[in-house]
Amino acid sequence: MTRSTIELVPSVEDHRIARHAAAAIVLTVAEAAIPLPLPGVKPGLANIVTLIVLARWGWREAVWVALLRVFAGSLLLGQFLAPGFFLSLSGAIASLVVLGLAVHLPRRWFGPVSHSILAAFAHIGAQLVVARLWLVPHDGVFYLTPVFSAAAVVFGLVNGLVAARLLVELAAAERAATPPRA
Amino acid sequence: MTLGAWLHLIRPGDVLVALAGLAVCVQTVLLLWQGGAPDGVVVRAGGKVFAELDLSRRRIVEVPGPLGLTRIEIEPGRARVAADPGPRQYCVRQGWLSRAGAVAICAPNQVSLTLTGRGADYDALNY
Repeated sequence: MTRSTIELVPSVEDHRIARHAAAAIVLTVAEAAIPLPLPGVKPGLANIVTLIVLARWGWREAVWVALLRVFAGSLLLGQFLAPGFFLSLSGAIASLVVLGLAVHLPRRWFGPVSHSILAAFAHIGAQLVVARLWLVPHDGVFYLTPVFSAAAVVFGLVNGLVAARLLVELAAAERAATPPRA
Repeated sequence: MTLGAWLHLIRPGDVLVALAGLAVCVQTVLLLWQGGAPDGVVVRAGGKVFAELDLSRRRIVEVPGPLGLTRIEIEPGRARVAADPGPRQYCVRQGWLSRAGAVAICAPNQVSLTLTGRGADYDALNY
């Protein structure tokens, strides 16, 4: 048997994306175990990872992590290509687009909390549009919009705060690991 | 970690974004959940408007029909047919009506009760 001549050498960046995506997938699976009163209202804990990657490594890596999370998470939960998968995919794409714009807001004034709330609104907005156009072709789906937007504010705020705190701690850990040269 | 340390993570713009989010919640509630609130009631007897009333206070309206008196009870935000001489009592058993466009029809006594308001589900009913 001849040895394969094709060798894929993962870069440092690939390893980093894989690590972060794995953390996001774990949160997705863990979150699926939480009973929720309404379909569509969930904390979206995996988005904390997306926010951290966005702040530390930029938008391109955040896109990789978020989309890998949607695909791998749905495969693990048996939701791949089911309606729920398309809802989370559309939500993820919309929130990534909004995050791509939101990172250009002045850092001094807008932190991870803003990014998180804006992304959460993009998420529910896209999901409602997809649900209205495809799953429930009736304006009745918009009846729960107030509940979804309240959830977006609350969970967006909480996730943003957790992401902001983890960013502070990661920065502190990094400073401790690399002491300034004398 | 104390509460103050958490608050330290919030930047001024974040407060604005959160407030804008809350404003969206309030707007959607007003837009989507108040649409069904009735603002008045129309009572018809024998096909003609017998009374047009608002739903601001309690009152009882007695409407004469071919079989006798139909008693309509109005309370703030809702109305019902409390008693009717009809044989099957469909309009009485509908209970309280509280959404714009809701109708209780006492066909034998030719009396109907309609709640009016924005966002009514029906423009007209014909029978």
